[in-house]
Amino acid sequence: MEQSWRQAKSAFAAIGVPPVVWLLFFFLVPLAVVWAYSFGTNAGPTEIDLTGTFANYGRALQPLYFDIFIKSAIVAGITTLLCLIVGFPVALAIAFAGPKTKTWLLLLIMLPFWTNLLIRTYALIAVLREQGYVNFTIGWFWNNASGLMTAVGLQPLGDFHPMTLLYNNAAVVIGLVYVHLPFMVLPLYSALDRMDRSLMEASLDLGAGHLRTIWSVVVPLAAPGIASGVLITFIPALGAYLTPDLLGGTDSQMIANVIERQFKRANDWPFGAALSFLLMYLTFIAIAIQAVVQRRGEKVGAA
Amino acid sequence: MTRTILRRGASRRSILQQFGAAAVGISIAPALEACSRPGGGRVVNFYNWDTYIGETTLADFQHATSVPVHMSLFATNDELFARLRAGNPGFDVIVPSNEFVTRMSQAQMIQPLDHSKIPNFTANVDPSFQDAAFDPGRRYSMPYTWLTQGIAWNKERVPAGFRPDSWKWLLDSDRFHQRIAVVSESADLIRIAAKYLGHSVNGIPDAMLSQIEQMLIRQKPHIKAFHEDNGQDLLRAGEVDLVMEYNGDIAQLMAEEGGSKFDFAVPNEGSLLNSDTLCIPTGAPHVDDAHAFINFLLDAHTGMGITTTIKYPTPNRAARELMPASYQNNPVIFPPAAVMAKCEYGAFEGDAKARQYEEIFTRISAA
Repeated sequence: MEQSWRQAKSAFAAIGVPPVVWLLFFFLVPLAVVWAYSFGTNAGPTEIDLTGTFANYGRALQPLYFDIFIKSAIVAGITTLLCLIVGFPVALAIAFAGPKTKTWLLLLIMLPFWTNLLIRTYALIAVLREQGYVNFTIGWFWNNASGLMTAVGLQPLGDFHPMTLLYNNAAVVIGLVYVHLPFMVLPLYSALDRMDRSLMEASLDLGAGHLRTIWSVVVPLAAPGIASGVLITFIPALGAYLTPDLLGGTDSQMIANVIERQFKRANDWPFGAALSFLLMYLTFIAIAIQAVVQRRGEKVGAA
Repeated sequence: MTRTILRRGASRRSILQQFGAAAVGISIAPALEACSRPGGGRVVNFYNWDTYIGETTLADFQHATSVPVHMSLFATNDELFARLRAGNPGFDVIVPSNEFVTRMSQAQMIQPLDHSKIPNFTANVDPSFQDAAFDPGRRYSMPYTWLTQGIAWNKERVPAGFRPDSWKWLLDSDRFHQRIAVVSESADLIRIAAKYLGHSVNGIPDAMLSQIEQMLIRQKPHIKAFHEDNGQDLLRAGEVDLVMEYNGDIAQLMAEEGGSKFDFAVPNEGSLLNSDTLCIPTGAPHVDDAHAFINFLLDAHTGMGITTTIKYPTPNRAARELMPASYQNNPVIFPPAAVMAKCEYGAFEGDAKARQYEEIFTRISAA
């Protein structure tokens, strides 16, 4: 028999109060403090006067910082797009795998989370650097090919020059795609897994090819999954801090690196708070767009 | 494997600790609260850089005084400052660098020391370190180590006999295109650039700051990375051939296996000096034991034990005299007097200046 929560108020309170209190004291209150700082002025090395000024936001919207926001959004956008391109076939393959294989494949997707992000980024440095595994492997093939060509009387290829894979924007995107791929694959998988397979069969029976079926049937049905995958990839990628710091070159700075330096080296918490909250407003906008897309998707589904 | 990773990270300001130490710092906070309660027994809560103490130093202190030392670690001065900004969470002895001594004393985050409780200061410390511009009369800080920025290079990757004796090779030349790395610490980078242009590291006029900004924007395409004080790792891995780094870090690198292919020099223009110091933060719960601990660290034999492990230049003359000649005469640890005479400490010139430097660095990175 179903019961309304009203009939078990104490049980409901026992379950409901701890998370609410937790959210209030460890999330909303600190956030409100930082929000208040963003309207403050530095009064000394450790004091902030809450003057209600908008100067911090004014400074944060100057071209210098605005351009860094734009740049971060572009990097996060490229990352999200690559994750979608790589993640969609992976999610499709997992959704269509046998039940036993599926479990293993999902485990493999989640396996990287068992290791700390910092350690994984360091591992990526060991893979990508000039004396790293990628260059070792390519160098090995190069030298063997070169030796082979000499053996059959051709000109050798010359010396192998290791490729520069680290300390540039491409390395940052590679690192971000690597880190965020699971965030894309999992929502895509859950959308594709719930999909009504008979619609695909109908499409194939009625003469559509496989690509046409994926494009005209699977993708529209998976739209809410794609939207949430895009969102939860884009938002953390936009605020990425460790990856550009460790893998980036001299022009790979993203907005989170600037924010970090305001709280540390510059000792300018009000300005750092304003930058953080601008980032948060952007996130809210992204969530709003996602909600609109999802609602439209539901309408299409209902029609 | 784990051991190698740990060893590789073994340097005072290595980036692995920069991110790791924050987590350590958080996890020890409850322990500290417990220790700082009155009647919680005698203890010294020591907040230090990583790999910055002798192997037996803390045990020796406990043996001598029966007061245990609880050490926790930070990775940058900014982290130390941010941690104590909202009030001392229970630390008794901290190790800020020179300009942070000024900043923290101005913010009354550290307390004046009682020199009568630290007799080893006058007895052992080199006279040139008995006073300091960043802390007149050594009111707040006792010298622990000093270090200087310079250029480290890989001898196998530059022409034979080449010595990068000028900051030009890092800051104003395309000769080592994409084979160089410089520090990402805005103030250090700008101050060294000022030194290259023939100015003091302090009181840089605005006109020169914009000149420096232009020069570094011009140089940026030739620089591979702004490193987070892990220049020795980039050099060791062969990513760069020349790097701006502290002499102590390079002395550690050169002492490793295969370290003989690296060398280090302080450029002729002079450089930026740093000194890490022992201070007692305001609100320290065990002030008497903190003084005793600082005095113990300045003891000649304790200093020798610390220096043997960390290989940094020591301002403790009595300890230095106990060290082997390979340390005392090491030109990396103790660069020639002629060039040292041109080195200066970076002074704390107010938060506004720090913010200005930071914005210049943001502009250089965004350019």
